[in-house]
Amino acid sequence: MILRLAFGSLLARALTVGMTILAIALSVALFLGVEKIRTGAKASFADTISGTDLIVGARSGSVQLLLYSVFRIGNATNNVTWESYQDLANRPELEWIVPISLGDSHRQFRVMGTSAAFFEHYKYRQGRSLEFGIGVVMDDLFDTVIGHDVAQTLGYNVDDPIVVAHGLASFAKHKDQPFRVSGILEKTGTPVDRTVIVSMQAIEAIHVDWQSGAKTPGKSTPIDAIRQMDLTPKAVTAALVGVKSPLKTFSLQRAINEYPEEPLLAILPGVALQELWGIVGIAETALLAVSMMVVVTALIGMMATIFSSLNERRREMAIFRAMGASPIAILGLLILEATLTAAAGAVLGLGLLYVGLFIAQPLIDSAFGLYLPIEAPATRELLVLVAVIFAGAIVSMVPALRAYRLSLADGMMVRS
Amino acid sequence: MSKDSIIDLKDARFRWPGRASFALSVPEFLVEKGQSVLLLGESGSGKSTLLSMICGTILADSGSVSVNGTDLKTLSGWSRDRFRAEQIGVIFQQFNLLPFGSVTDNILLPLKFAPSRRKRCHNPSRQAAELCQALGLPEGIASSKAANLSVGQQQRVAVARALIGAPPILIADEPTSSLDELAQSNFLDLMFHQVAAQETTLIMVSHDPRLADRFDRTVHMNDIATIQRQAS
Ligand SMILES: Nc1ncnc2c1ncn2[C@@H]1O[C@H](COP(=O)(O)OP(=O)(O)OP(=O)(O)O)[C@@H](O)[C@H]1O
Ligand SMILES: [Mg+2]
Repeated sequence: MILRLAFGSLLARALTVGMTILAIALSVALFLGVEKIRTGAKASFADTISGTDLIVGARSGSVQLLLYSVFRIGNATNNVTWESYQDLANRPELEWIVPISLGDSHRQFRVMGTSAAFFEHYKYRQGRSLEFGIGVVMDDLFDTVIGHDVAQTLGYNVDDPIVVAHGLASFAKHKDQPFRVSGILEKTGTPVDRTVIVSMQAIEAIHVDWQSGAKTPGKSTPIDAIRQMDLTPKAVTAALVGVKSPLKTFSLQRAINEYPEEPLLAILPGVALQELWGIVGIAETALLAVSMMVVVTALIGMMATIFSSLNERRREMAIFRAMGASPIAILGLLILEATLTAAAGAVLGLGLLYVGLFIAQPLIDSAFGLYLPIEAPATRELLVLVAVIFAGAIVSMVPALRAYRLSLADGMMVRS
Repeated sequence: MSKDSIIDLKDARFRWPGRASFALSVPEFLVEKGQSVLLLGESGSGKSTLLSMICGTILADSGSVSVNGTDLKTLSGWSRDRFRAEQIGVIFQQFNLLPFGSVTDNILLPLKFAPSRRKRCHNPSRQAAELCQALGLPEGIASSKAANLSVGQQQRVAVARALIGAPPILIADEPTSSLDELAQSNFLDLMFHQVAAQETTLIMVSHDPRLADRFDRTVHMNDIATIQRQAS
């Protein structure tokens, strides 16, 4: 019955209590949402590359190498010469090697030159391979395979012609060499979805008439002539490497890092990811702290409403006192009410999170390539809810203690 | 101390904390079991303060206040609250009920804090209904919200609440002052009927000396208490 009366009392103040619940719910939804995006982003980053033992590039920072080679974020400052690449490819510890050549773009998407081995050895999400939605691996020099998002966004289909621009955000287009879409990949949730893939030779072919980033004036080699040329690559941007035995990974890494002919860098993708988290961690913590502060603000709002309700509820408390309720019981009643309010807020917040996820999931997926799974709340999230309810109870003790003292001082005959 | 006194105050003094200007002192005030007492006194003479002292919501600074043979100062705060719930039914001047609770909820509320009182009524909700009927409340009122009742009805529900489980003492602080004359006499008839049926000891505060003939005894605050009102 006491619980029913507590409910009744809350219901009688439905508007203010409702606002308080809404504030708590929104803050909880925000907090859980940030948490969800955070873990989702982490998982999707970690899922982007698997099965690759080493990534090799020109010497720079390991995070930088990871970012441009796998995530297509930023640019390489230097390339690896084809000779060094060949040296590397011939090492006995190696199981496989995939060259990567970046630097060109098609519309807003990056173009990546690679070999057919890429489709065999690039793995994501715990060892999944790339699959073709339609079409096949490029066959001709001017064939290209495009990621799912590229096809979606630009409305491309197999056999459509496309033109590749040299450099990023550059308007100088390689007008002369129109490519043909030979295949479209299934969605992976990785940067591959937003990549236009061509062969290493194609990258060379594009640059036949180009010298250090500018078109050589008056020169325009016909396509047939290009096909006759030696299109052996001069350099690669990076290489993905698989070793025969995991035990060899570290010695190979050291050997590459100490390669005498050219300054190279070999990184373990997992280690570089950890390093990346270390950098992102600060922003992540700040974001988490801000959303936590929002929850705290909502709870303080609740405390303020309880405070302001105390005066109008003095009569109610005097009745409880006259009926034999101890001041402790009144303290408990107020804390119970606050706990119910916080609990309602927490549950509603969880509901809002799912509604929000349901609406935002496809949008976030298409805008950021970030797939947020909708699944039953994890233990961690439930713990957050419990913590919010608990914090609500703690916070309400401040006004509850005041009510306690008031009801002690008032006696039971409240002068109204 | 007289054996028959259910309420027994000796040299009880009380001063509201932080309000040095008002001090109540009661050399002796005895009420016999089953008696009905009308307590008169002008506003601010400390009537409500005296009742609070008997109820044990405030403790006498010195002297003794005994209720049904128990000296209140020997009880801890929590047991005093429990003791009040068991021994005393209370009616205020107005706003007696929790407006968001049903009539039944309100009537049964004191039983939550008084296990012996609850045991005494075998079927609490039945007894609540019977009391409502005896107090002339309309049928089927039990489940309505207290806020929807008229003031007169609310006061009668308050009587039902104060008397459920038959506590030995009923304390009423100006229960009729918010009622018109007809409702007032109606209310008193019903209340006295119940008080007589349960042999309850009644202390009622009023400003109206004309009510005196209904009571066994009329006491004026000036006769039992001295009040100091000096700007300290
Ligand atoms: N809770 C309280 N805290 C502080 N002072 C109080 C409190 N209740 C009453 N007083 C003071 O005690 C004095 C006596 O008040 P009390 O309510 O006992 O008088 P009363 O005889 O019941 O008056 P009334 O007929 O107006 O109800 C007054 O000066 C009042 O201001
Ligand atoms: Mg009074």
